Amino acid sequence: MKRFSWFNATALSFGFAFLYIPMIVLVVYSFNESRLVTVWAGFSTKWYAELFRDQAFLDAAWVTLRVAFFSSTIATVLGTMAAHAIVRAGRFPGRTLFSGMIYAPLVMPEVITGLSLLLLFIGLGIDRGVLTVVLAHTTFAMCYVSVVVSSRLATFDTALEEAARDLGATPFQAFRLVTLPIIAPAVISGWLLAFTLSLDDLVIASFTTGPGATTLPIKIFSAVRLGVSPQINALSTLLIVAVSVGVITASLVTKRNAVRRAREERAADQLA
Amino acid sequence: MSTGIVSRGQNTALGAALIAVAVFGALVAAALWRGAAPGAWAVTGSLAGLAGFLALWTRAGSDQRTSFLGATVIGLPYAWLLALFLVPFAIVLKISLSDVALARPPYMPQYDPAQGWAGVVDLVRELDFENFVFLTTDDLYWKAYLSSFRIAAIATACTLLIGYPIAYGMARAPKEWQATLLMLVILPFWTSFLIRVYSLMGILGNEGVLNGALIRAGLVSEPIQILNTQMAVYIGIVYTYLPFMILPIYAALEKMDESLLEAAEDLGCSRLQAFWLVTFPLSRGGIIAGCFLVFIPTMGEFVIPSLLGGAGTLMIGKVLWEEFFNNLAWPQASAVAVVLLLILIIPIVLFQRSEEKAREAGK
Repeated sequence: MKRFSWFNATALSFGFAFLYIPMIVLVVYSFNESRLVTVWAGFSTKWYAELFRDQAFLDAAWVTLRVAFFSSTIATVLGTMAAHAIVRAGRFPGRTLFSGMIYAPLVMPEVITGLSLLLLFIGLGIDRGVLTVVLAHTTFAMCYVSVVVSSRLATFDTALEEAARDLGATPFQAFRLVTLPIIAPAVISGWLLAFTLSLDDLVIASFTTGPGATTLPIKIFSAVRLGVSPQINALSTLLIVAVSVGVITASLVTKRNAVRRAREERAADQLA
Repeated sequence: MSTGIVSRGQNTALGAALIAVAVFGALVAAALWRGAAPGAWAVTGSLAGLAGFLALWTRAGSDQRTSFLGATVIGLPYAWLLALFLVPFAIVLKISLSDVALARPPYMPQYDPAQGWAGVVDLVRELDFENFVFLTTDDLYWKAYLSSFRIAAIATACTLLIGYPIAYGMARAPKEWQATLLMLVILPFWTSFLIRVYSLMGILGNEGVLNGALIRAGLVSEPIQILNTQMAVYIGIVYTYLPFMILPIYAALEKMDESLLEAAEDLGCSRLQAFWLVTFPLSRGGIIAGCFLVFIPTMGEFVIPSLLGGAGTLMIGKVLWEEFFNNLAWPQASAVAVVLLLILIIPIVLFQRSEEKAREAGK
């Protein structure tokens, strides 16, 4: 603690100022009356009203939410399975390939992933649309889920599972009744991560989408190519607020649960 | 679970094989049902065989305790990743060796399943490295690779220089602040990448907030051109990738035992020496992970150069996008992707190794 010097304080203040000022400016100017970015012409919510009148944005938002929901849900199931396989299954043939396929999408440039999936869908003759975007998003999101869940599984005491098995639980019962409740926070944050990744993706969606399945990032990108637009500022503000509320709530809930668990463990120790 | 004639190991293998084959079967069936599917489904089908083979092979060295369930847990994600991650690369490779055709899909040759094995032989005979030769004849491509590499390397170094002090400050902050500080780093990481790049447009533009403030302060009389220059691309990369650098370094520094530093100072090290000889080496794992997480995706970055960069910013991700969407040159775009992948394969494998090692150490 004594090492928390002025140097650290400066580094933190500048760092966080750099991370937050652009977003704060964006939020503030979404309430600007004027279309110009540097001129403050008074408070107004007219860009929000305009946004909600724009049917194209609403359609895109609906497509995006559907894609994000389905892809993150499938990705959570598959990613949890993959995490279990990596952490628990020991050695199996092709394990190196498997773990390679889990870690590679985390850093793979999106243009490559997007192009390759598009060529697959065309080769298979699958019409591009919501379905293909869901398949594409599930594929890269499951890798993120599996990394999040496997880090939790790795620190988890296998003796609990073994005890459940000794008491007659089937492997599935042991997983459902013992493992899953313990790794639940990681599974939930994996789902949230998959959801926001899908909500956010421009490049892979652009490659794999088809007519009638324009997602919000595609819409935003084509609007901002030409420059700053107050309507997009309003939309961005809404998304930033939604994500912030979600992340802060999730962390508060996790913290409360951790405190409660610690208290229960102490109580159990006293009883013993 | 594993009652019956088949032993546990066999059961595992059987389950994995069944699932792998079922998934690929469904894909191939979907393709056939749609009718218009020559070419790629053959590749998919042959990889289905490989998956089944791998799964059956599991039988040999299996030390599974669970049976069918265990097989499903491995088989399902395995098959999914094979079908939607590995097979697509095989297709990209194949198309990169094909020729441009004025049709849809705009490449030749196509595999005709009716011809059986002879079709495969014909197909292979038609493939050539023309597109790769083409990449070397046009300056644009190697310049774009080189420029992407340079931008990614410099931006990674900048991100490290800016991110390290922040991670260090976080790790040394009072314990009760740390959760909040971590939250403040994670929050931008969850916020839309696209929106964060976009938010910089409002800051850096000629009529942007930064130039407005500089002019009002009397520091400059004319707005400085930042947006649509290389500078804006660097700022954009550092801004958006900073959390990816901070988080692994913070994780490494946070675990560090501070008494080591006291020991170093007791033994006569200056603070700077103690940092250089103790703290820095101990955070090397975090630095390496952070650099990979920034460098590899930046090499293929598309959003940042197209929104913040100008006409002078040449990056391979943008070139690939334009080849594909504007010029409809699929074989060339595929060749660009294959070369990019070859450049990145070494860092990707190293990244995977370091992640596996970190996971093993965390156990």
